[in-house]
Amino acid sequence: MIRVALPAHLRTLARVEGEVRLEIAGPATIGSVLDELEMRHPVLRGTIRDHVTGQRRAFVRFYACEQDLSNAPPDAPLPSAVERGEEPFLVVGAMAGG
Amino acid sequence: MSRVRVLVGTRKGAFILTSDARREHWEVAGPHFGGWEIHHMKGSPADPDRLYAAQWTDWFGQVIQRSNDGGRTWDTVGNTFAYDGTTGTHLWYDGTPHPWEFKRVWHLEPSPTDPDTLYAGVEDAALFRSIDGGESWQELAGLRGHDSGPNWQPGAGGMCLHTVLPDPNDPERMFIAISAAGVFRTDDAGQSWRPMNRGLKSEGVSLPDPEAEVGHCVHRIAMHRSRPNVLFMQKHWDVMRSDDAGASWHEISGNLPSDFGFPIEVHAHEPDTIYVVPITSDSEHYPPDGKLRVYRSRTGGNEWEALTEGLPQRDCYVNVLRDAMTVDTLDPCGVYIGTTGGQVYCSADAGDTWTPIVRDLPTVQSVEVQTLP
Repeated sequence: MIRVALPAHLRTLARVEGEVRLEIAGPATIGSVLDELEMRHPVLRGTIRDHVTGQRRAFVRFYACEQDLSNAPPDAPLPSAVERGEEPFLVVGAMAGG
Repeated sequence: MSRVRVLVGTRKGAFILTSDARREHWEVAGPHFGGWEIHHMKGSPADPDRLYAAQWTDWFGQVIQRSNDGGRTWDTVGNTFAYDGTTGTHLWYDGTPHPWEFKRVWHLEPSPTDPDTLYAGVEDAALFRSIDGGESWQELAGLRGHDSGPNWQPGAGGMCLHTVLPDPNDPERMFIAISAAGVFRTDDAGQSWRPMNRGLKSEGVSLPDPEAEVGHCVHRIAMHRSRPNVLFMQKHWDVMRSDDAGASWHEISGNLPSDFGFPIEVHAHEPDTIYVVPITSDSEHYPPDGKLRVYRSRTGGNEWEALTEGLPQRDCYVNVLRDAMTVDTLDPCGVYIGTTGGQVYCSADAGDTWTPIVRDLPTVQSVEVQTLP
């Protein structure tokens, strides 16, 4: 089970409270977690990564276990603590603007 | 008694303002989608309880919302705006080729006859249509595929398709406007498009030829539904008029204190009564002399009168953006403006006097009004 922590605007959009819990078939990677997240909550498609290119949106960052995973490739495995559900995968809106 | 519902899109959410036909006492609902930029929100003429809103932030991109109950509840619909076919390039600010990239929706235009059909004008400039209430979107690619497309260039606000104007008498005909390409018209329901910019002059902007067929920074166009061959335009500089469905334009700036501005509107019952909000210049986006004045012409242009009663006449440095002026269809006609300072003003007497409905909203991006039975 993977725990995903979304920023407030995306929790509102997806109508969820607290963390999202996902079961991932196969290896837990950034790509597979986002695929499952978007499958469960289609409204999030396009808000974290581009519809067409799949690229992370510029002001969205990914963290887990005190590591910045924003620029890791989509098929990079997530830390084992995330895979075991001990630590959340954090989707964060970068500090910018006003 | 009739009612009015004013749909206000702001930098930090949407607000819905309602009143009876006297337009004196208002209820304010919102913010909806708090913290998100609502670039435009508009209701379906065919079903006034069907509303659409374009919701966006730099962080999380484009979301489209739909309401079936006049804005009490909302559901997200489709937000995939994929350009059709080979994407190609347009010109960047420095004149080099730049790939077309979807950034956001600037304008939503519901069909006059079908609540499930609507158009979205987007940046980078393209026109999309949905026929399923916004669930899915298809590009009308003939526009971007026009021969001039690779030479279109963004204005200062981005290369946005900001005006979508269906001809109420001819479902095959529609006008759109792009900054900074200009006006285009289709006569075959969006399959093919022709530039409609003859008579526009854009000296000192970016064009080597000030009278080029394409490349003009048109800010807004408007028509009266009883006379769709007559169009009015607020351009980057100049207020213009066409009497032949866009085939040619002539200037009607007349005695305006500045012919720079963004919105332009037509009175609901008088096709030759038009409104603009002049601002000082392209580098000073605020009213001349610190006085917020809507200007009205009752002669279809050239002769303008300042409308000031109830509007701030000192120390006022707000702007009214291109989608932030509208009219209702009551009699007398109501006129509404929203400002970058967060005020929404209503005139219930065709512009003679104004009162603020609200004073302290976030920056107002768009104002639309529905006249309800």
